[in-house]
Amino acid sequence: MVRYPLESFRVIDFSWVWAGPLLGEILADMGAEVIKVETNKRLDSARLTPGRSTEGPETDFIFHSINRNKLGVTIDMTTEKGFELIKELIRISDVALDNFSPKGLKRLGLDYEMLSEINPKLVQVSLPAAGQYGPLSDIVTYAPSLGALCGYSSMVGYPGERVLGEQTPYLDVTSSIHGAFAVLAALYSREQTGKGQRIDIAQIEVGASVIGEAFMEYFMNNKVLGTQGNRIRNMAPHNNYPCQGDSGWISIAIKTEEEWRNFCEATGNPQWATDERFKDVASRLKNQDELDKLVASWTKEHMDYEIMELLQKAGVAAIPCLDLTERFSNPHLESREAHLHVEHPATGMDIIAGIGFKYSDTPCEVRRPAPMLGQDNEYVIGELLGKSKEEIAQLVEEKVLY
Amino acid sequence: MIKQALSGLKVIEFGNFMSAPYCTKLMADMGAEVIKIEQPVTGDEAREYGPFPNGERHHEKSGLFLYLNTNKKGITLNVDTPEGQKIFNDLIKNADILVENNPPKRIADLGFDYPTLKQLNPRLIMTSITSFGQTGPYRDFKAYALNTAGMGGQTTRTGEFEREPITPPLSQSHYQSGAMAATATMGALFSRMSNGAGQHVDISETDVWATIHHGHGVHLGIFEGRKSIRAGHRTISVYPWCILPCKDGYMCLIAIQGYQWKRFLEAMGNPEWMKDERFQNRIVMAFQHADEADALVIALLLNYSKEELFDICRRNQITFAPVRDIAEVANDPHFKERGYFVEIDREHIGLLKYPGAPYQLSDTPWQLKSPAPTLGEHNEEVYCNQLGYKKRDLARMQKAGVI
Repeated sequence: MVRYPLESFRVIDFSWVWAGPLLGEILADMGAEVIKVETNKRLDSARLTPGRSTEGPETDFIFHSINRNKLGVTIDMTTEKGFELIKELIRISDVALDNFSPKGLKRLGLDYEMLSEINPKLVQVSLPAAGQYGPLSDIVTYAPSLGALCGYSSMVGYPGERVLGEQTPYLDVTSSIHGAFAVLAALYSREQTGKGQRIDIAQIEVGASVIGEAFMEYFMNNKVLGTQGNRIRNMAPHNNYPCQGDSGWISIAIKTEEEWRNFCEATGNPQWATDERFKDVASRLKNQDELDKLVASWTKEHMDYEIMELLQKAGVAAIPCLDLTERFSNPHLESREAHLHVEHPATGMDIIAGIGFKYSDTPCEVRRPAPMLGQDNEYVIGELLGKSKEEIAQLVEEKVLY
Repeated sequence: MIKQALSGLKVIEFGNFMSAPYCTKLMADMGAEVIKIEQPVTGDEAREYGPFPNGERHHEKSGLFLYLNTNKKGITLNVDTPEGQKIFNDLIKNADILVENNPPKRIADLGFDYPTLKQLNPRLIMTSITSFGQTGPYRDFKAYALNTAGMGGQTTRTGEFEREPITPPLSQSHYQSGAMAATATMGALFSRMSNGAGQHVDISETDVWATIHHGHGVHLGIFEGRKSIRAGHRTISVYPWCILPCKDGYMCLIAIQGYQWKRFLEAMGNPEWMKDERFQNRIVMAFQHADEADALVIALLLNYSKEELFDICRRNQITFAPVRDIAEVANDPHFKERGYFVEIDREHIGLLKYPGAPYQLSDTPWQLKSPAPTLGEHNEEVYCNQLGYKKRDLARMQKAGVI
């Protein structure tokens, strides 16, 4: 009986590092059989992050987190026999996933013309930085370059000050989520048409899609939004404020006049509510620097969670900004299973990311830890492709399964 | 017209502002029929948000609303009236998917909770996007995009060490929860294909940040005492991983591999200082000598414009990129060749360019078929043609404040 949403689907995952593997992870969390193809000849660099993988390629927690629920095979597809195995896998897969550059994809012989000939029902998705065509399609990048090239980073910084830029793999993850949606839409369409198709994702276009407001402003008014800080058009106060001692920062956002009055009341500063400078949202936006100073003068006297409790009771949006360990010990995130303990043969126990969606009826869970190198060669090559033990031994001998 | 991937799928949006509207935009742009329910007279909050042409407020001219509601049908409905509730239920009976982003308590008060709606339509997939999810101690807390990004871990990585952390610009939390909701809803559709039953999809905006974005590093915090460090224009890991000024703007410099850094120095004419012993180990550089290195690198960068530098980097396979501003991206030949920005004509606003397809599907492409609806634009089409009301019913319901 089918239990997981994507239980009847098989994905062959050639991708590396962040964006591709995370797309595969979403499908794997939904129950798809995702086969991660690797080779010892050239390891996924996420297995070898400096400072994290001191004991070899099986101990990187982040790799474990973004590749859980997947099977692992080691195939050197630059060998003739290895490439034949890949073709056989393509024949029995529903989705092929990669984040190679268009050139790299061609060089490996994985272009869509070839793959669709082997399997016309295949959905092939690639998510390189800039897509399969266009003047930038050959660029080599890391995550921060994506933010730079799509306009996103130009808005990250304190208002009116220099650009600081996005430092996290934010747009990689955003591309994975959008990419997973596109794959599922293509699979849904296949139910009707019986045909697979090619999905071309340029990560910088996904990046542009989540800053739609800035482009609308530009096309409407020829106005270029710069560094935004913690500002937003329609709310003030709207900032992260310092708390007492070292207890961190609290985010406070106020939209309605009722929230503003409640805030002033709850913090013991009813005079702010009647102050000319802050009498409505337009005034508060205009005098935001002064307002922020006043709010901070109050928050500095209190602990972060204490402020949250007090203001939430008054119907005001106040939540602490949480660091790594603070998230781990937060009771709400704990109740939502935002972090999971998973046993792994190489490390004993990992703490990995939970699943970012919940279903009322179908389970979504971590069924297996991230694969060790070549861990599932026997199942995939033997059981799925029907090779005998002797054939497999031969392939290992010849360093095809490597 | 080419058939689209989600053609034939019927979606009701009972949402507001950004997260639910972005979720259903992704569906509508792929061909689903999305009926957007708005409060009569006031409509969706995004209508009041802007940007507006010349900054003049008008509820049919908000850029954010126009962007987030392409390809949808818009109806007005006051669900706080008994007749409005009945109409809502009629819409649900014929839908595949309901997407909403109301507080859980509001949904329960209206009697639109999943167990109730499931009685009307057992095949219904109901997707709820909230700040904290349908369960847990913070379930009924109030939060905006700023707050969920803070709690979920996106904020503590951005900004300068001594100053306040910076939240991601333009309410990214809502885009993240909206996109995740669209993806998870598709998963529920596949479940329904195998067992015929709908279900409730619970998306917590905070969870999306705390898991797929920032859950992977928690292990390092627990077992190795690592902290999220705000380092302004830098990530402290290896040098260079930073954003530095050049002649006409900023460059994003990142070299994970040593050869990338070497090639850059080579392209800059192998400056004498690279032999200095402070700059031999790039991890030591990142942790101990980043300020000195920045000053020397900036001196080189200031000789070039960012496009000149990008040219040099591309020729030498160096992984650096210019920090383009919004105007530069809007006019970038790459985006142009791929047809990313699309022009849309709409009542009240005229011809205007919008951001377009985040992904290109070869056979069932992203398409723009209609602009965002004006308030109540499709009342007649939906109420009369789909639900069988008469035109005179519409007039009566309008008078009674139902639509």
